[in-house]
Amino acid sequence: MSDELKVELGRRYRFAASHRLHSERLSEDENFRVYGKCNNPYGHGHNYVVEVRVSGPVDSATGMIANLADLDAFVNREVIEVFDHRSFNEDVAEFREQVPTTENVCMEIFRRLNAFPKAKLERVRVEETSNNAFEYTGKGVPDRRAVR
Amino acid sequence: MVYLTRKIEFSASHLYHNPALSAEENKRIFGKCNNPHGHGHNYTLEVTVTGEPDPVTGMVVDLKELKEILEREVVERMDHRFLNYEVEELKGQIPTCENIARVIWKLLEPKITQGRLFKVRLYESPDLFAECYRSGGAEG
Repeated sequence: MSDELKVELGRRYRFAASHRLHSERLSEDENFRVYGKCNNPYGHGHNYVVEVRVSGPVDSATGMIANLADLDAFVNREVIEVFDHRSFNEDVAEFREQVPTTENVCMEIFRRLNAFPKAKLERVRVEETSNNAFEYTGKGVPDRRAVR
Repeated sequence: MVYLTRKIEFSASHLYHNPALSAEENKRIFGKCNNPHGHGHNYTLEVTVTGEPDPVTGMVVDLKELKEILEREVVERMDHRFLNYEVEELKGQIPTCENIARVIWKLLEPKITQGRLFKVRLYESPDLFAECYRSGGAEG
């Protein structure tokens, strides 16, 4: 095959946060039916793992797609410091208007990290538990204000 | 198409240093990875091969043969070695995860003749990896 050889860098981060799955557009009964125990009004928490994948040319001087110190600082500032030991519903502005399912959390993390200036963001994977994982590649971004 | 992944591990030491840069620049860019005495990792390599299963054997690739290729091309070359000094293919390159993964791809691609090499993923630690693939064969 003559296709170009591509290299991606993957890095995993962790944070712990709480959420409650509840939609203002559904009745109390419907919320309970749809979200089950995740609808508990007091919320509950997870240890989330975020896997960030970036691509780009490997700099011949450094051998790197992006300096890990830059990537770590960016992810820590944009995601970990904002979400860690917080309640998505109460503490993160984006989730006052949308349900903090891990689908939505994954897309929000992608949106935040897409501004990383040193490499191209390819994919964000969020593991809510070791049994649930969500991935987003930035395709088909909905109008976030329309999501509720 | 079926995708088959085989995992192997090796341990090696390395350091990051570019002789074209000043000592201060090396320190600034590479941080503690610039320690002249080097440091080491337990690397985990995942190699994914794709193809149609052979109608007689039911296999995309004989796993025993794939294991032998990985042992010969990667483990014998890199396991318990100092990557900067002892791996010919990495000479003149900084042995980052990106560069090692690319070297491994180039070593393996011509050797894998049953099926086709689809992806090489090299973990330097559970939280850091590089992945190599042909642009036309990107993952779905």
